[in-house]
Amino acid sequence: MSERISAAVVEKVARLARLALTPEEIERTTAQLSGMLEHFADIDALQLDDVAPMAQPYPLENVFRDDVVAPGLDRDEVLAAAPAAEQGRFRVPPIIGLDL
Amino acid sequence: MSAVDGLPGDWQLVVGLEVHVELATATKLFSASPNRFGDEPNTNIDPVTLGLPGALPVLNRHAVELAMRIGLALNCSIQRCTFHRKNYFYPDMPKGYQISQYDQPLNVDGFLALPDGTRIGVERAHLEEDTGKSTHSGGAGGRIHGSDYSLIDFNRAGVPLVEIVSRPDIRTAEQARQYVTELRGILLAVEASDAKMEEGSMRVDANVSVHKPGTPFGTRCEIKNVNSVRSIGRAIEYEARRQIDLLEAGDQVRQETRHWNETDGRTHTLRTKEDADDYRYFLEPDLVPLEPSQEWISAVRCALPMLPAARRARLADATGVAADSEAAMVVVDRGQDEYVLQVGAAGGDVARALVHVKEAWADSPSVPAADLAKLTTLEVSGRLTATQAKTVVAELIANGGGDAAMIAASKGFEAMAADTLGPLVDQAIAANAEAWSKFCAGEGKAMGALVGAVMKLSQGKADGKAVTALLDARRSQA
Amino acid sequence: MAGAIEIAAGVRDGSLKAADVVEQHLARIAAREPEIHAFNLVMSDEARARAGAIDAMVAAGEDPGPLAGVPIALKDNMCTHGVPTTCSSKILAGWKPPYDATVVTKLAAAGAVVIGKTNLDEFAMGSSTENSAFGPTRNPHDTSRVPGGSSGGSAAAVAAGFASIGLGSDTGGSIRQPAALCGVVGVKPTYGYVSRYGLVAFASSLDQIGPLTTNVKDAALLLDVIGGHDPMDSTSIPLAHPSLVDVLEQGVDGMRVGRITDLPEGADPDVLERTEQAFDVLRAAGATIVDIQVPAFTFGLTAYYLIAPAEASSNLARYDGVRYGLRVEAPDTNAMYGLTRAAGFGDEVKRRIMLGTYALSAGYYDAYYGKALKVRRLIHDEFERAYQHADVLLTPASPSVAFPFGAKGDNPLAMYLCDVYTIPANLSGHPGMSVPFGTGADDLPVGVQVLAGTLCEPQMFRAAAALERAVSAEVQP
Repeated sequence: MSERISAAVVEKVARLARLALTPEEIERTTAQLSGMLEHFADIDALQLDDVAPMAQPYPLENVFRDDVVAPGLDRDEVLAAAPAAEQGRFRVPPIIGLDL
Repeated sequence: MSAVDGLPGDWQLVVGLEVHVELATATKLFSASPNRFGDEPNTNIDPVTLGLPGALPVLNRHAVELAMRIGLALNCSIQRCTFHRKNYFYPDMPKGYQISQYDQPLNVDGFLALPDGTRIGVERAHLEEDTGKSTHSGGAGGRIHGSDYSLIDFNRAGVPLVEIVSRPDIRTAEQARQYVTELRGILLAVEASDAKMEEGSMRVDANVSVHKPGTPFGTRCEIKNVNSVRSIGRAIEYEARRQIDLLEAGDQVRQETRHWNETDGRTHTLRTKEDADDYRYFLEPDLVPLEPSQEWISAVRCALPMLPAARRARLADATGVAADSEAAMVVVDRGQDEYVLQVGAAGGDVARALVHVKEAWADSPSVPAADLAKLTTLEVSGRLTATQAKTVVAELIANGGGDAAMIAASKGFEAMAADTLGPLVDQAIAANAEAWSKFCAGEGKAMGALVGAVMKLSQGKADGKAVTALLDARRSQA
Repeated sequence: MAGAIEIAAGVRDGSLKAADVVEQHLARIAAREPEIHAFNLVMSDEARARAGAIDAMVAAGEDPGPLAGVPIALKDNMCTHGVPTTCSSKILAGWKPPYDATVVTKLAAAGAVVIGKTNLDEFAMGSSTENSAFGPTRNPHDTSRVPGGSSGGSAAAVAAGFASIGLGSDTGGSIRQPAALCGVVGVKPTYGYVSRYGLVAFASSLDQIGPLTTNVKDAALLLDVIGGHDPMDSTSIPLAHPSLVDVLEQGVDGMRVGRITDLPEGADPDVLERTEQAFDVLRAAGATIVDIQVPAFTFGLTAYYLIAPAEASSNLARYDGVRYGLRVEAPDTNAMYGLTRAAGFGDEVKRRIMLGTYALSAGYYDAYYGKALKVRRLIHDEFERAYQHADVLLTPASPSVAFPFGAKGDNPLAMYLCDVYTIPANLSGHPGMSVPFGTGADDLPVGVQVLAGTLCEPQMFRAAAALERAVSAEVQP
């Protein structure tokens, strides 16, 4: 896993993350990520085959809420904080280049 | 099979269906805003629904229970499960990820039996949250392409969904229609969803491919926007032919997502596999695993109502029609079967009741079962003809019930019993000697003239079936 | 300066006016805040009004609660209804949440007075508060140095006497490291001890809110107030927690204190020397020192810097310019996303989003994120074993005392190493706290970290209180 990351991969990751990075930023990020991943190769030495992944520190299960309506937010207050709103809705530029 | 679908050559259709249903909860999957269709935009919102910074999801217990009902009704195993984040950007997806179940869904490995008994495998039925709704404004009339801007309503965001994924076991467009119809009946029976395709509370995507028997499955396309049972069949048939045309022309089918256009009756490329998103699934750290106890599962199982297939079988047993006959399908689909059986319990004839209920009511019968029972009794004893019975049913509906015998009397539908009918039949035979001899010689058409003559003599009060029976009897004695 | 315990006692019995307490703190803010920049927002008017209301409650014979009239500084990543909550990011500048975080509600119910929202590394990503979009916070002990981070604003506010107590959030050391650098007490509780509802998420499975205070008893009191089960947070532990204020005097006689013999190297000699003295103090107070090995400790950094950015990349996807916060207009939504996020996030946040997105993406998940989760389990299990032999562990809280601005240059890894001793407790979910323990180089504060097992806050606080008692000279700026 200590393979060096390429600028092409960094560009793809930036697209996935919806970050419009400049060519300079792509270059710098490529170098920095490479350096980090090299450092992170330390865990390659560990024998982890029989280790179960741990996603949460405290083992809880079956946490529920009852199906009861509670007061929600005030639409005007929420829409006032929106970058653009119209007819009680959030307004965005045309949706293109995205999954329908 | 291909003959049934009219597929050319020996091509065979392979279909798997992914059905999303909105659960009939009071609140959303992870927050306490109302789950309600048709409200003013952005009125059913809270920090979780809007994906506000700092908001955290908490699982709705009732949504889990409804999902378990669906799983059990589809013969699934219920297992320990987890929630994942499916990461992608879309304006009606508030958090930048959808909370869904990934490699550990709640319900797995079930099946749905079509009315003819064919089992369609159900791979999984998992919980996930719905997105908001976008409206596209300006440009070409509400279409996404060419619009000037879009408006987002988050009322639907966070509404609980169960996605039911079938195995690719469906082989004809008709089976696909039957699967969706049967599934809808099950969802309604277990009261998990109102399953309205037109309101989007039940949404069907079809994975369609074609192949020749004995060869591997072909490349599949996912068809979206199939919004009615009727269009399911049309979309699948169109898509199958499109793929066959490609293959027979020596081209290849490209794995892609296609959009069904109801207006032009075709599917259109939505996106190809190459630019499919990388969803970066990982366990949702804000939620904990779900493992319904055996007690809970048993309680849900015990509380399940009788499912449509069992109800059709019960109706078939009682009435003598086939379980997959149109009458049984329709009446059970409308939830009228219980009423038909009540007519029987009230001493009536269930077979006649089935016919009347199917024809007279689109939904719940509005006449006391005992009243209809009385009518069917008059009918089977020959005291009312089928036509007269229909008239009486109409009168019963108009009055919200009543005594069928009195209505019949008031209409002048006097009983024409076999002993009075006999002389009239003899009279008609005597007056129509030519028709009689033709009838005796086996000319079926001659029967009509004789029956008509009896009817005329009886001033319409004779039961056509009884007359036929008497004519047959006279002929065999001749 | 009176501690929170004394302030609350005075306000509750009427001998002290909450209004006067607030004025004293506002006066200190007026004097030094321009130099320190601990706050993104000083809430003078709200604090005065609130103090007046609390005094009125006392006058009416009501009890405002255990934090009556105590001025508190809130890290600016906790939602306050109608009050800007920025996470020190341009992308949230000016955003006013329409709801309160659970801790904010609990503080109000306990009579606390929120005096301001404090600066942080943007979205809590950093160890120096240099990554704030609104400029760095300075260390009250030496304004040429950083206060640590990411809760640098709260730590500095408490150290400078701007607030009696403060709240921070700790994802990899963001409470304990600035506490050490500013000479205050900082606590990261057991994961699930304090509700995260309304805490703007950085890395959900690691984040915990905790106290920053001038003394251990105030920290115990504050944690007693904000701790406990919250039905709005599915990861909140559904248990009642024993009062920590009540255990402080119990001492450490018979307590087993673990010394990690294979601790990662890199701590400065002054810090190591103080840590050694801490062991001596506890031994003298009746504790037994036991040697413990935690071989996976050293791999915490890698696991953390894969897991935390992965979760962050997802948590920060919601800043898309649609519903709140910054939007850079563009001809289509996709372009709007890219430009908004590029303009709204600072370099460190972008770097972590990139790292996390990469670690989760197809083809790399198993090698990075998946493997990091296994290392996390390894670390957790090793600590669980350690706590079978020791009640608490002592380590340095930070490898060094406060360092000068720009000292870590443009090398992200150098900055990440600041968290090397604090990170494992976030991965394992165990509690940890930093206690001021004298000074090191340049007379700057040194913090000793006390670690304990799951929900073993009582033992941790007892050890911390014992260390505190041994420190005769309190470090004051």
